[in-house]
Amino acid sequence: MDFNFTEEQSMIRDSLARLIREQYDFDTRQKVVNSDSGWRPEMWAQFAELGLLMAPFSEEDGGLGGGAVDAMVVMEEFGKGLVVEPFVPSVVCGGGFLKHAGSAAQKEEHLTAIMGGESTFAFAYAEPRGRYNLADLETTAKKDGSGYILNGHKAVVIGAPWADKLIVTARTGGDRRDAGGISVFLVDKAADGVTTRDYPTVDGRRASEVYFENVAVGADALIGAEGEALPLIEQVVDEAIAATCAEAAGAMGVAHTQTVEYSRQRKQFGTPIGKFQVLQHRMVDMFMEHEQTISMTYMATLKLGEPEVERKKAVSAAKVRIGQAGRFVGQQAIQIHGGMGMTEELAVGHYFKRLTMIDSEFGNVDHHLRRYTDLSAGEMKVAAE
Amino acid sequence: MNLEFSPEEIAFRDEVRTFIEENYPDHMRPKPGQGDLTREQYLAWHKVLGEKGWSTPAWPVEYGGTGWTSTQRYIWSEENARVDAIPPLPFGVAMVAPVIYTFGSQEQKDRYLPKIRSGEEWWCQGYSEPGAGSDLASLKTTAVRDGDHYILNGQKTWTTLAQHADWGFFLCRTDPDAKKPQEGISFILVDMTTPGIEVRPIITIDGGHEVNEVWLTDVRVPVENRVGEENMGWTYAKFLLAHERSGIAGVARSKRGIEKLRAIASTEIIDGEPLLEDRSFASKVSQLEIDLSALEFTELRTLAGEAQGKGPGPESSILKVKGTEIQQRLTELTLEAVGHYSHPYFRGFPEDGANEFGIGPEYSFGAAPSYFNMRKTSIYGGSNEIQRNIITKMILGL
Repeated sequence: MDFNFTEEQSMIRDSLARLIREQYDFDTRQKVVNSDSGWRPEMWAQFAELGLLMAPFSEEDGGLGGGAVDAMVVMEEFGKGLVVEPFVPSVVCGGGFLKHAGSAAQKEEHLTAIMGGESTFAFAYAEPRGRYNLADLETTAKKDGSGYILNGHKAVVIGAPWADKLIVTARTGGDRRDAGGISVFLVDKAADGVTTRDYPTVDGRRASEVYFENVAVGADALIGAEGEALPLIEQVVDEAIAATCAEAAGAMGVAHTQTVEYSRQRKQFGTPIGKFQVLQHRMVDMFMEHEQTISMTYMATLKLGEPEVERKKAVSAAKVRIGQAGRFVGQQAIQIHGGMGMTEELAVGHYFKRLTMIDSEFGNVDHHLRRYTDLSAGEMKVAAE
Repeated sequence: MNLEFSPEEIAFRDEVRTFIEENYPDHMRPKPGQGDLTREQYLAWHKVLGEKGWSTPAWPVEYGGTGWTSTQRYIWSEENARVDAIPPLPFGVAMVAPVIYTFGSQEQKDRYLPKIRSGEEWWCQGYSEPGAGSDLASLKTTAVRDGDHYILNGQKTWTTLAQHADWGFFLCRTDPDAKKPQEGISFILVDMTTPGIEVRPIITIDGGHEVNEVWLTDVRVPVENRVGEENMGWTYAKFLLAHERSGIAGVARSKRGIEKLRAIASTEIIDGEPLLEDRSFASKVSQLEIDLSALEFTELRTLAGEAQGKGPGPESSILKVKGTEIQQRLTELTLEAVGHYSHPYFRGFPEDGANEFGIGPEYSFGAAPSYFNMRKTSIYGGSNEIQRNIITKMILGL
């Protein structure tokens, strides 16, 4: 067992932390978030230059030979800086699908562009009536000659306004919610029949509603095997969850540190409020939640390569724990900051917002508690037989 | 003991319901996704009630109260919540008015109370300061005598809706040499158009403009605007805070909130079934409703005590703590119910509403901002930690 980071990983962490410190301070972040485009393509280019976007890919695929731990390192720093640029949508999801199931030609054309930061991906999986069930799809892809015709509506596609390519889940067969009959497509956002409505999100990012109306794609748009994509989608989403947990860990740590610091500075009744035992114990609870978040993030990340059930249970366990921890730490950070925590001006409120919204990405606490329970029940059944 | 409404009470409920149905200014209702309400929207119902004589049910009859029993007042809140009425704001009606009619001069009662009742004058509360939040008695704003005037200097903060206010009630230090911080404070009524007052907006994490900083620079206020005795302001301030706490439980509104949550959860779909039929979600809604019943009956017991002449005492801290926790959990569950569509943010969009954009269901529009905004409830009106301190000292005697 080894919880140490490699020299490369430590280097990535240090250089990214420095870049964020120097060019991604809170005021700058707020200016970017409130700007027309809502992100900085030139920052994305710097991330590419630092090698962040190729870090989690094998050397064979043209990457730096890292993996999920590298993505974790990056996302923890992103969480600390409340970075809005789309590492999870583009690198972890877009790159993830190509890495696991892309053809040599697809990798050649698209994975290289993702790693270089020339192309940005978004992952269109959620639907208005599907909630967190990845198989509950109304979007369809009908076979048309050698290609497909896509129709449907994808909801709250994070990072889509900044993307030029979309990964789209759609039904090529089976009934709504069937495990079989699901396929994954790589679609050009500029393709005929694709329309988007872009908007900001409550936590400072950008998203789109994406509508597909008779969008024709070629056979080369299909990633992996037709009708058999659910296991692939689950694998990539689990990787995205692990990376998002790392982001939560980073954000939680800052929210906690800022709260402790504020409790040292803020005086009431002639004494720093940090001297009040009721607040001390609350901040200790926040600390423990943060520590366990880091632990669960490591656990989930290290188990991403394990057999399916073990991987899924680990990821769901982490997402449950982190959803709960994020809520507690976020709420208490505001409470202990008092009125100041409620202001747009202070960073802590923005950490609270991001931590809040992470819970509803890729399935909330209830969803993953149910998934974990079902997986455990399945294991019991297998053992009994 | 009896929980049934009497025939008279049922008749009262029907009268009230009919009046609300016939007179509620529906055209002033906020649009789905609307951010800050306008001054007119806040005041519309208040003005109708003012004309009817129902804007200040809790006041003594001689000042314009309705003389309703606590049961009638309970019915009144329920009926208002049923239609999501925007109630008269508390700053005039429930906060400064009780101080004026209890401690003010006849001239002050005649001057201020009728316009509070009618909704003609809007009040704001000048209590908190940057350095005086939970420790309110450490406030530093000064009022120095200069002939027939006080000269006010200092800074207030978290002043709710001061951007609309005509008048403010301010706690100011009139005796800087008093032995204890609670001594030497006076309760002063200030015309918000007086030169030297500057109201600066504070934008909160939900994007709203509800609270403000109020800066006072050499603001000249006539001495007759002081309520009660000089240096006795802390007594009035505490009296007011106990009144503020007793209105803070928000039971009727939370009941209505649970109804709305159920409606949302019946529409939201999880694996092809309504979310409300999902055991784990439904259990959370039930738990919230059970906790709300506990709060409701605690409030009813408190109100019954008040009817027998016991003023709102430290028990009102229970209502504040439990009431705000429930309001917060309600927004938390609503946020959870709407799932993906909790993410879009519409403030600043044209018309400040999302209706015409058709992004997500209407009920999802304010879910996240409401959740963010309601974090304030466990901070304001004396944080919930302070409420627990009050119970510790005043009830447990520790």
